[in-house]
Amino acid sequence: MTTADTRAIALTVALATTTTVLLLAIGAPLALWLSQTRSRARPVLEAIVALPLVLPPTVLGFYVLVALGPLGPIGGVWESLGGPRLVFSFPGLVIGSMVYSLPFVVQPMQAAFRAVPTSLVETATLLGAMPFDRFRTVILPLSRHGVLTAAVLGFAHTVGEFGVVLMIGGNIPGRTQVVSIALFNHVERLQYGDAHVLAGGLVAFAFIVLFAVYSFNRRFDAARP
Amino acid sequence: MTLAVHVRATLGGFSLDAAFDAPSTGVIGVFGPSGSGKTTLLRCIAGLTRGTGTVRIGQSTWQDDGAKIFVPAHQRGVGYVSQDANLFPHLDVRANIAYAAQRARGDSVPPIEPIAERTGITALLARSTGSLSGGERQRVALARALARNPRILLLDEPISALDEPSRREMMQLIESIVAGSSVPVVYVSHSLMEVTRVADTLVWMSAGRVNRWGPVGDVVARIEFGRWRDNDAGVVIDATIERHDDTWGTTLLRSPWGPLTVPRDSRQVGGKVRVQILASDVSLGLAPQADSSILNEFPMRVLASEQLDAGRTLVRLGPRDGSAAVLLAHVMRVSAERLGLYNGRDVYARVKAAAVLGTAG
Repeated sequence: MTTADTRAIALTVALATTTTVLLLAIGAPLALWLSQTRSRARPVLEAIVALPLVLPPTVLGFYVLVALGPLGPIGGVWESLGGPRLVFSFPGLVIGSMVYSLPFVVQPMQAAFRAVPTSLVETATLLGAMPFDRFRTVILPLSRHGVLTAAVLGFAHTVGEFGVVLMIGGNIPGRTQVVSIALFNHVERLQYGDAHVLAGGLVAFAFIVLFAVYSFNRRFDAARP
Repeated sequence: MTLAVHVRATLGGFSLDAAFDAPSTGVIGVFGPSGSGKTTLLRCIAGLTRGTGTVRIGQSTWQDDGAKIFVPAHQRGVGYVSQDANLFPHLDVRANIAYAAQRARGDSVPPIEPIAERTGITALLARSTGSLSGGERQRVALARALARNPRILLLDEPISALDEPSRREMMQLIESIVAGSSVPVVYVSHSLMEVTRVADTLVWMSAGRVNRWGPVGDVVARIEFGRWRDNDAGVVIDATIERHDDTWGTTLLRSPWGPLTVPRDSRQVGGKVRVQILASDVSLGLAPQADSSILNEFPMRVLASEQLDAGRTLVRLGPRDGSAAVLLAHVMRVSAERLGLYNGRDVYARVKAAAVLGTAG
């Protein structure tokens, strides 16, 4: 494994971790709202959340690039406030990955929150719990498997992204070059041995993660009354 | 203190329009068939369902749309026990009760042990909620509601989902809690026999409306026969202990119908007790009977009668002096025919068994 590969792996792990943590923080209130609201805006938001599932990553990457660029609505304002350039940088990758992995984090949490019986949430209310208290002490503990699924899928999916990163991050070793792109580079240069190491590593990683999630959920189901 | 409720609420095709101002000292029973709006009424009192109108308890106003007051459910300090215990499955029994205690009304956290002792669940404190029986779950739910240090206790069909032995135990527990505390209680049930056991004031509902409310005896006497479930029919009266007879192991009560002999009761002479007499324990005759094993015989008058099914008739009787203490009797239709039980007929009612339920409020 080359030094560039090692750095790509470290960068990928850092990117996936940051993205997952931020997505959980932003996704939880969104998922809670979606799971409880009867607002007419709900299907609109659900559709927006699900868009990254169906759109080609290059489409997402293209719009994120335009938005984050120095002339884009987000990048322009950010840079006029003195922020460093977002495209071709780690923060840019994080934002792109968050868009890309959003449904993988929000949807499992939304389903898990919705599965918590309303009667238990009402019971907590009657016992004196305020809204955030109810979320922390009843909804979250009872949907922990959904939150874990969301975290693992968000992490694994971010590790596996390619198109979005390529569009907004480019291919700068040590700064924006993630594993999937390093793999692409190896193949382009016909370095099949190095490519095998990274590709096989990703397959093994993905399998272990999914296996862990399914085993955990199985044990969780068995433990339920 | 009173519980004053005037609420309207529409849920789907159902509409609730209920109003009563009941004294909240003692137990307010809410009776009605399923679908009559009892639970919706409780939810409006608890603040879970927002209807329009007013809800007041004592000096506190929980809802007054005119004054734009609506106290949210988590601030009302309501202890709520429903048919399903709704225990938190991720917490053990102690943690379920602690959840309420930590958020209890008032400045101090009520200690859990005395509450567990009162509700008979001390041995269950370390158990997981999944391992409890139905009766145990309801006890824990009641303990948790008490740990809230509630302003009012709302019991919504608290024994309906239980089997017969657990039902009796839970009922006794509720009666002892009610007797030993000053917290007002609203007890909701579709079983008239059940509410009349505990209620001082009865609110009788059907189709989302309050038909009648008032002292339990007054309301029970006016409920139509059709409202009674077959095995349910009976009356509840308050009686005074006149004297005990230890030779024969009996207690003599002064009842609205006359002297009533029951098995020896442990309470003191002069005490008031609530007595239940089931319609199936009352038989009728046209003349007084001396050669009978039955001690309790009262001169009564037939007020009304209704055929229950092919073989049985339910007869409503009142004292001959016209006072309100109604008695119900199940008789075979053929006997009703033979005795000629037309309205206004004078008969003798023989009470085979009378159960003393507990101390009357």
